[in-house]
Amino acid sequence: MPPDLLAHLVRLSGREGPPTVLKDTRVLVIRVGDVVVKAHPAGTDEADLRARLNVRLPGLLLEPLGIDRAGDRIVTIWPAGQPVTPDDLEAPPWEEGGRLLARLHAQPVPPGLPPMRGPERVTRAVGRLEPGDLPRLAYRTLDLRQRGHGLTHGDWHLGQLIRLDGAWLLIDPDDLGYGDPVWDLARPAAWFASGLVSPDEWDRFLGSYLAAGGTAVSPEDPWRELDGPARALTVQLAATAMATARRDNTALDEAAEALISSCERIMATPAPS
Amino acid sequence: MQCPKCRGNMRTFDRNGVHIEQCDGCRGIFLDYGELETLSRMENQWAQQNYAAPPPPAAGPAWGGGHHGGHGYHHGHRKSWVNALFSS
Repeated sequence: MPPDLLAHLVRLSGREGPPTVLKDTRVLVIRVGDVVVKAHPAGTDEADLRARLNVRLPGLLLEPLGIDRAGDRIVTIWPAGQPVTPDDLEAPPWEEGGRLLARLHAQPVPPGLPPMRGPERVTRAVGRLEPGDLPRLAYRTLDLRQRGHGLTHGDWHLGQLIRLDGAWLLIDPDDLGYGDPVWDLARPAAWFASGLVSPDEWDRFLGSYLAAGGTAVSPEDPWRELDGPARALTVQLAATAMATARRDNTALDEAAEALISSCERIMATPAPS
Repeated sequence: MQCPKCRGNMRTFDRNGVHIEQCDGCRGIFLDYGELETLSRMENQWAQQNYAAPPPPAAGPAWGGGHHGGHGYHHGHRKSWVNALFSS
């Protein structure tokens, strides 16, 4: 991270106390007192980000406290909620996630909102690989076209849930936009397809989504809509795992192996027409 | 052979490998031993071919490996990759 960025974010927080770094990747996210401060990636389109931050869905999507700048980085300030962490492993909030997504997908798309950026994330992830890497080969078989124009989170996983004042909320509208809402179910679907999430957990997630009126998949055959996006997210997750292991010079873990082996089967299995 | 019901004359027919006797008088039918079972079996086969329920939709994708390809759900060491479930 740039040397003064952390100090700058602490100043922007308007709070006293030692900061905790929550994430230091393309973004820098810190917590100071009761707020979370996020420096967005360099080169973020400010008009697009502002359009996303202006989507106000009380009780559904966490609202920012402010927007600022630190040098060339756009900074947003948020109330600190209680995140879902790997310590919540015993009971990940699958049902809450399914219900929140169903409600999000029922909202109208606000005018001026850009497209959701799920497919962009897939392309960016494989861009970190070497030409012959399996996920990169599998990427060429994907169909990233969007078949819907609903309100879509664009990067949903369990870490995108927090509890604030007793209520569950979705966070992180960085990739929010219009697109095919089935993409929000695609990452858990990819985990399930590679055996990283049990059939029981998958059923709880999808079941609560459908029971709450979620419309992104057909209840009688959800994989009709899920197949393509779940292929894409499998490739994205495999690519990210591979690039990270290579960068850190570590071996692929069991999850990465499972995802990469799914990439092989994706290449061997033509998409249903 | 005489009809056991009306004493009329019974005539023998072969229909799709089933041997039946039918009475010329009352049109009643007499089945030999095992022929009722043969008829039931044929009826079931026909029903299966014509009214078979469509296969249930797949519970996962054709390319899935976790639960369909015999690898099984990775129960044991989930801690090692659980971070992946919580980060972008």
